[in-house]
Order: sequence, then structure tokens, then C-alpha cells
Amino acid sequence: MTTSMTKSDLLLLLCFAAAVLAGPVLLAPIGAGYPDLLQKFAIFGIFALGFNILFGLTGYLSFGHAAFLGVGSYTAVWTFKLLSMNPIPAILLATLLGGLFAAVIGFVSLRRTGIYFSILTLAFAQMSYNLAYSVLTPVTNGETGLQLAQSDPRVLDIAFGRDYGAVLPSSDLFGISMTGYPGFYFCGVMLILCFFVSMRIFRSPFGMMLRAVKSNQNRLNYTGLNTRPYALAAFVISGMYAGLAGGLLAVTDPLAGAERMQWTASGEVVLMTILGGSGTLLGPVIGAGAIKYFENIFSAFNEGVLVQAYSFLPEGLQHVMVWISSLFVGEGWHLTLGALFMIIVIFLPGGLMEGFNRIRAWITGRFGGGGGSLAPAAAE
Amino acid sequence: MKDFKINRRKMLQGTALAGAGIAAPMVLTSRAFAASYTNEPKGGTVTLGFNVPQTGAYADEGADELRAYQLAVEHINGEGDGGMLNTFSSKALKGNGINGKKVVYVTGDTQTKSDAARASAKRMIEKDGAIMITGGSSSGVAIAVQGLCQDAGVIFMAGLTHSNDTTGKDKRANGFRHFFNTEMSGAALGPVLKNAFGSERVAYHLTADYTWGWSQEGSIKKYTEELGWNTSAAVRTPLGAGDFSQYITPVLNSGADVLVLNHYGRDMVNSLTQAVQFGLRDKQVNGKDFAIVVPLYSRLMAQGAGENVKGIFGSTNWHWSLQDEGSKAFVKSFGQKYGFPPSQAAHTTYCQAILYADACQRAETFRPSGVGAALEGFKFDGLGNGPTEYRAEDHQCFKDVLVVKGKENPSSKFDVLEVVEVTPRKQVEYPAELLGGELGPYNDGA
Amino acid sequence: MDAIVLQILNGLDKGGAYALIALGLTIIFGTLGVVNFAHGALFMLGAFCAVTVKALLSLEKVALDPTQTTAWGTPLEIRTPYVEAWFGDFGTAMLNYSVPISILIAIPVMLLIGVSMERGLIRFFYKRPHAEQILVTFGLAIVLQEIVKSLFGANPIPQPAPDAAKGMIDFGVAIGFQAGNVVYPAWRLIYFLFSVAIIGGVFAFLQFTTFGMVVRAGMADRETVGLLGIDIDRRFTIVFGMAAVVAGLAGAMYTPILSPDYHMGMDFLVLSFVVVVVGGMGSLGGAVVAGFTLGILQSFASMNEVKDILPGIDQIIIYLIAVVILLTRPRGLMGRKGVMEH
Repeated sequence: MTTSMTKSDLLLLLCFAAAVLAGPVLLAPIGAGYPDLLQKFAIFGIFALGFNILFGLTGYLSFGHAAFLGVGSYTAVWTFKLLSMNPIPAILLATLLGGLFAAVIGFVSLRRTGIYFSILTLAFAQMSYNLAYSVLTPVTNGETGLQLAQSDPRVLDIAFGRDYGAVLPSSDLFGISMTGYPGFYFCGVMLILCFFVSMRIFRSPFGMMLRAVKSNQNRLNYTGLNTRPYALAAFVISGMYAGLAGGLLAVTDPLAGAERMQWTASGEVVLMTILGGSGTLLGPVIGAGAIKYFENIFSAFNEGVLVQAYSFLPEGLQHVMVWISSLFVGEGWHLTLGALFMIIVIFLPGGLMEGFNRIRAWITGRFGGGGGSLAPAAAE
Repeated sequence: MKDFKINRRKMLQGTALAGAGIAAPMVLTSRAFAASYTNEPKGGTVTLGFNVPQTGAYADEGADELRAYQLAVEHINGEGDGGMLNTFSSKALKGNGINGKKVVYVTGDTQTKSDAARASAKRMIEKDGAIMITGGSSSGVAIAVQGLCQDAGVIFMAGLTHSNDTTGKDKRANGFRHFFNTEMSGAALGPVLKNAFGSERVAYHLTADYTWGWSQEGSIKKYTEELGWNTSAAVRTPLGAGDFSQYITPVLNSGADVLVLNHYGRDMVNSLTQAVQFGLRDKQVNGKDFAIVVPLYSRLMAQGAGENVKGIFGSTNWHWSLQDEGSKAFVKSFGQKYGFPPSQAAHTTYCQAILYADACQRAETFRPSGVGAALEGFKFDGLGNGPTEYRAEDHQCFKDVLVVKGKENPSSKFDVLEVVEVTPRKQVEYPAELLGGELGPYNDGA
Repeated sequence: MDAIVLQILNGLDKGGAYALIALGLTIIFGTLGVVNFAHGALFMLGAFCAVTVKALLSLEKVALDPTQTTAWGTPLEIRTPYVEAWFGDFGTAMLNYSVPISILIAIPVMLLIGVSMERGLIRFFYKRPHAEQILVTFGLAIVLQEIVKSLFGANPIPQPAPDAAKGMIDFGVAIGFQAGNVVYPAWRLIYFLFSVAIIGGVFAFLQFTTFGMVVRAGMADRETVGLLGIDIDRRFTIVFGMAAVVAGLAGAMYTPILSPDYHMGMDFLVLSFVVVVVGGMGSLGGAVVAGFTLGILQSFASMNEVKDILPGIDQIIIYLIAVVILLTRPRGLMGRKGVMEH
């Protein structure tokens, strides 16, 4: 396969891989270099990459992708409980079930287009969420979320003589615990793999066909071509990405809650993709990183931190600055996020990726052709 | 992208960078292994993590918790008027921080979602080096974060969580709860309801359809049926239903004469407001005055229901109008700093912070197993709930429970509840086995 | 039987709110082609118009009483609302009627908000893809609700109905039921009638005025209307303002039923989209019919008799109906071909 890759694609992939693996170092200066957030970057990066295959290429705007994420998580936790704490079967089954669930919902929903399609996917996801929260509690453990227990059967582990003793087990890859940095590298490798697959899809004839679905479905239909199988394939692939992401969430932190399936979670991945730049390869990963960064870092600034940050100012001014800033951080971090959405979409309709490209074009224009030195994968 | 050319130098640089990226965290983790327990404080400060809802429906409650934590930190560090430290029966804390280390804190937003709460707690543990996590405004979040703290090897001091499961089915050795639970609410409310409404009543439950709601419904059913009440129906309502009219109209002609609203937060405000709107508070059924009961009251939320709470019974963990020395000292200290009285959420979180600090001081360590041992079976007084004990078997505090009623003539907007009865602790005690679960061993982490 | 009548009333009441929000949303779809995710926020802003009016009316004169102290040791504050101090009983009555009074304030305020929203933001997005419209209006909705949160807090704020409308009306007697069996809160009946009146008003406006005729023509074929030399843009600004007013009034009048909080708009957002789509994109009649239908069916699904057979059905009924209708009728109940299908 790699033989057919163009040089620039190969370079992009390598840079991307390097940036992901060096994430702990690259992101440390902005306060994001700790395992949990890095894991979240990678996992939601996968989620958004998958969503982008559907939305970015075909233009079908699904508002129900969180359902597949949730299914993936529940599957993974149940795999841990019943089979083994090894993450491999968990993510395989999570991907598979995510894909299966997507196939069913996609088959029905793709009978409609436009907003009717969006509402159908939304309706399915909301039904899944509401049922998981209440009636399906025996399977999902409702509000509390599905957790591991010491008394879980774990038949494969027992068959291989693995005993976790009196403590709650955590998932491990043949002895390497999947929490902390090893967990991140596991997710990171998955992200690179997913990025590669996504890149191959973008460059393939299948990808071209999906783009054609976006630009003019009617014309395709008139030519006698049935576009629905293509759209369904894209839907299932993105469902598998979501299932994998959900599985990885459970791998790094074995708890699955229903709120992962709520419409706000579906909306989040839409926002990640558009924010980063839908239809671009890297954009969704960057968008996912940006939103998770705001959620985890901006919400953590409290008054004490602000007072310190402005301590160089005279006292009166310090109070004013603390007051103004506190509207945007800590409990006001949603405000920053909302404002960011507006600013990006007003000034950079192509998302953050358009911003990067403009900067690059500006630099190239200014310094003439020396653009090769700018790494396209500077962030994730 | 066409401009890019691979050259060997760049490739090598990239590989070196990636290598450094893999190596750096290994250094970090190996350093962590050298410590004898997770986030052992090494310098002159110790970091606590305050994980409270800052967005979503419980943001005001979270803000109040944060105020209480800030006050507790001041008092532990010897600033301010000392609040309940002056009335607390244990005198281990000297006003110079904990174990001689100054207390600093980090904050985070739980969003009242398990995932977000765990992400936020993880940040505190992994990035900020928090040695203890505390706070929260829902049982789902409390149980999720408690499990996380157990895995990570830090202590979790639960905030406002009322479900039995927190110190029952889902209890963990590293988790401790000061707040009361549905079992205690039921035990405390039962006798008061009997006195107020008699023993021949037919109750109709509306229950929020998630674990806390079911837990609450079960407890109230159990204790009221012991008194001779009948339960005509128990209807589950979706969380955040907003308009509850479709669940309330069937009550009107059901023959029931008591409506129990197992709702909290916004659900409680809306279902109570609407039940009163449908005339239930003024209704006569079976020749008796119809009654509404809200098993878990929160003063903050009761303000949201306005005059609809008048005369309606419920239970609460603590209320600012209590007249014992501890409560008075706390209300004074909080009120002077912020200009209004503290909520029960503020009280329980303040107590948790003080109790944790005191336990560390007495244990002379921050090691979770050491702190836990100091908390287990710890008997204390002067924190506003009378003589209290942290039971060793399930890490649950046992103390008096307040039965309250919506006040008929409030003197201010904070004065919405009046204390009807202080149910003594022995009446709400239950055997630890009743709620099941396993504490398991302490985890001190890496 | 009385149980069913009561549930129909519940449904009509809920449906009134759904229909009013969906009406504005579908007008904006139909005329401007904009997916407005900030529409729930407009509903919320309307509700907070009522909160603000009440807060203004109950602005208090604060006098310190040094002889009494609070529990935390500061002098007790004696608070009397200015309106009561100035106007006596009339002031008390004004406070009591704060929700109906807020309607008068909400109309100009919401019109202003709507028009400035359209001029300042939405008009730049007419030609942009729906995804970008969603992102920008969703961002706006978050910004609006965060501003409200920082002003009013996150807790629900009680907004009682006027005393005169607090009682119950024995509705059943009028239609042949035994006295006392079908009684319904007066305010909820008022809300239903109010929503019918607003809906009627909007339809009459679009049907019988020249302005409405142009707007309807614009909905059908924007280009041709533009070619006729009619400044369709200015009219669309007013249309957007009108939709904002309808959502705002729905919110203001709903406050005695649902204590408003900053998040209420988001809770109605998804629901109102479902209503609009079930009704059919760009169809005013469809939105109204779907609003009331979904309200009533939701009420029926919540009855114990139904829940006993299908546990949890009340949690999903709205979405289930949406799926069934969209699969059997491709464009919802009354949707027009080609609207928002791409």
C-alpha cells in the first residue's frame, strides 16, 4: 500500500506520528503534557477523524455519533468484565459493535438526506441515551456508569492463569498497565493508525466517490449509480472509529457512563470537526485537541491563579483584570468556548486548518519558497 | 504540502525528538515510583483538589462548595477567624497548615458528568499533584470519582452525595462521606411524617429515573410502610423532564393523599412548583389534607421553588439556623466573608476539608492508608451536627439528621426552611452490612 | 376518561410551547434558510425578560436595622420594594402581575435582540453551509446563556403567576364531566389560549398583510421576488425579529410553569428541532400541528397504564415518533420538496 503513497503524504504521516509521539514534550509548555489529557486528545482525535470521513467527505451531518462512542465503551467494559483485562479484545469488539450499530442506524437513517437525516440520527442517539440512563440499567448501570468489580468472571484471564488478587484490576497490555503514559502511547499509536487509514480513504477512488456524493448526489443518481452503499460504507467506517474511540476511553479508564451518548456529546464531535476544518485530514484532530484543552485547562483557572498571574500589575488594575478574566475562565470557560466558535467560523470558515494554511501562505509569500521548514503537524 | 522534501537530517531530528518524547515521561514516572505514595508532598506546601460543578444545573451549589473550601483552607492555614476549628473537638490542627505544610489548592469543573469529573480529577492528580480530591454535587459523579481515587491512590472526601451506594454498594477504602444518605433520610422522616399526617395514608411517589431516585424511593417506602402507610404508585420520571404535568395529573384522582417527590435540583423545583400549581397542597382527599413530601431538601434549590415550599416536609444534612456553637461559628465566618449564609453543600465540604486536614495531622502523614486509619472510627463534635462518628466499616459519618419544613413567614430570601426536628443519631443508624459492598484494601498508589 | 382529558390538556399546554418555538424556527428556515441553533437561547432570553421585570419591580430599598443582627453578626437589612414604597397597594399589584407585565417589555426587547442578531451576525451566513450556521449560532447560544448565568446565577428563579391565575378551573363541568374531576390550573389554560392567539396572529399576519404576502412569496422563491425589485432583505430582518419575539413571548409566559434558569434554552433546542422536522421543514402549519401532536402523545406515553406495558416509553416517545414519521413521510407531515434536503 505504502508504495502508492505520494512523498508529501508520507512526510505528513511521519510528521504527524512524530508530533503525536512527542506530544508529552511538545504540549508540556502549555500545561497539557499529562497523561489523561494526552489520552483524551488522542481518543477524541480518533473520534473526530472518523466523523470527518462521513461529514467531511460525504456532507452527511450526523447528530448521533455519540451513540457509537457509548456502544464502544459499554462493549469494552463488558469485555473486561467477561473475557479479559487485555485491551486488544476490548477494542476489537468495541470497534466491531460500534460498526454494527452504525450499520443498523445508518441503513435506516440514510434513507433520508439533509436535515431529515440529521434528525433521524439524533433521534436514535437520544433514544439510546435515555434508555441507557434508565430502563437499560441492568446492562449499563445507569447514571453511576458501568464499572469493573472484583467478582467479574474474566474467563480468558482465568484460563491463562492471570489473578488480580484482592484489588480491582486495571487493563493491561501483556503486563503494561494502560493508565498513565503507556495508556497514552497505546492511544497514540491507534491515532496514528487511524490517521493513516483516513489518509488512504481520502486519497482512494472510494474517497473520490464520497466527495462526489457531497457535491452532487442527484447527478450521480441520474447516471444510474446508487450512492447509498457508498454513504453507508462511510457511515459504518466512522461508526467503527467512534466505537474504537469509545473502547479506548474504557481502556484508559474502565468506566462507561450513559452521558457519553447524549446529544451534547454528538454535538461536540461536530464542533471539533468544523472547528478544526472539516474535510481536511488534520483539522478534526486539531479541533478535538482545542476543545478538550479548553475543557480541562481553562476550567481550572480560579481566582487564586488569576490573582497570581496579574500580580505584576498595580492592585486596582489587578482587581479589574482578575474580574474581567474570571468571566472567561474557571466557571466561565463555556463563554470562551462559545466565543471561540463564533470567532473561528466568522473569520476562518475553513476552521483552524484554514488559519494555519493562511499563515503558511503568508510566510511562504513573505520569505519566498522556504515553506518546507514549517511542520504541518505542529500540534494535534 | 508539495514543498516538503524529506532529507536525512530532518528525519533524524524528528526521530530524536520522538525518542525524547517517549523517554521524558519515563523519567517522570520513574521518579514517581521513587515516592512511597502517590503525590507525596515534598516541598513546603500540600495540594488539595476541589472538584465541583461550575457549569450546568448545579453550578450555584458548586460555587458555594468552592467558597466553603476557600474558607476551610484559610482556617487551616491560620488565616481568618478560624471558624469551626475553634469549636471542633479535635485540637490537632494548629493553624500552620497540615503537618507543617501550607495548604494550596487547585479547582476543576465536574460539569455534573462522570467523564468530565474524572478527567478533572485526573488532571489534579497527574498534573497538579493533588494529594486529596473532594467535592461534587451528585452521587453518580461521587461514585465515579471515588473509584478513580481508589485506582490512583489518593483520598476522596465526597461532597454532596446522598445515594446509599456511595458508602454502600460502591464504597471504596479511599473514599469517605460526611453527608447523609437516603436510608437516614427515610429513618428520620418516617416518625415525623407519622406525627404530622397520621398512620393511615396512601402515598404516591414520583421518582427521578436514576440510581439516586430509586434509592430514595426505596428508603421512603420502607420506612413509611412500616408506619402503616400504603404506596399506591411509584412512577419514574425522566431526568430533566421540565414539565411534570403529565405525571402530576394522574395523582389528582388516584386516591392518594400524600405525594412524595424523589427529585433533586431542578427536577425538584419544577415538580414541586407544578404540584402546587395543580392545587395539591390545598387539596382534600379521603377527608384529609393532601400532603407533599420532598425527602431531600436543599436550601439553595428551595429558594428556586419560592413560596411553593411553604409547609412542605423534607430532610437536610445541616441548616444555617442551627444554634449550636459549631454552626454559629461557621455561619458567622462564612457570612462575614461572603455576605450570605452557607448552604448544606458548603457545610459538608467545609467539614470534609477540616476532617481530612485533622486526620493527616493526627496521623502525621498524608499517606492514604495512614489518613484513612485516622479517620476510621474517629469520634468528634463541634462541626454542627452534634457528636459524630466516621464509621470504620463503611466510611460513612453518623450524626443527627435534620427534618425541616418550608417556612410560612420567611424573614429573608435565605430563610426558607425551619428545623422541625433534630433526629438523634441512634435512630438513623443501620448495620453496615445492610447496604452491601466491599471497602477493599487502601491504595497508596505508586 | 377524565384521565385522558387531563392528559390532552397537559399535551396542549406543552404543545403550545413546542409549537411557538418551532414556529419561529421554521419561519427562519423557510425564509432565510438558516439553521438557528440560538433559537432555544431566544426562548430563554424571553423567560429572563420576565425575570428582569420582576427583579426591577422588586428592587428594594435597604435600610439597616442596628438593633437586630443576622446570624453572621452584621446589622439586619430591612428591605422594602420601591414600588410598594412609592405606589402602595398598586405597587404590590404590579409585582403580583409581573409576568403579564413582562410581555409588554419582552416584545420590544426581543424585537431588538432579534433584529440586531440578524443584522449583526446571521445575514453574513445566508450563503454559508448549514454546518457553519450551526457552529456560529451554537456559539452564540453558549455566549448568551453564559452571560445570563453570570448575571442571574445557575439556579432556577421562581416566577409565580398572578394570584388571580393561581387557582384551578373546573374545566370538566363545561364539557359534561362531574364537578371536581377535570380541574386544571388557570395559568396553564391561559398559556394554551395565549399560544393559540399568537399562532393565529402570526398566520393572519402572513396571510392578510402585503408584508406577509411578500414574505411568503420570498419563502417560495426568493430570487424572483428579488428580481421584482422588492427589498427582501429588509423584510427578512423584520421576519427574524418577529421569530425572536414569538420565541421570547413563549418563554416569558412559560415562567410560572417552568422556573427559568440559564440552561432552559438548550433543553428546548433539540426538542424544537425535532418538532420542526416532524412538521416538515419550512411549513408553518406543520410546525404547529407537530408541536401539539407531540405534546399530546408525550403526555399519553407518560400514563402509568402505557408505561406498564412499555417501560421507558415516555423517555423516548418524541424521538420514536420522529423516526416513524420521517421514515413514512420523507419530508415530515407537511414539508415542501427540496427544502433543507442537502
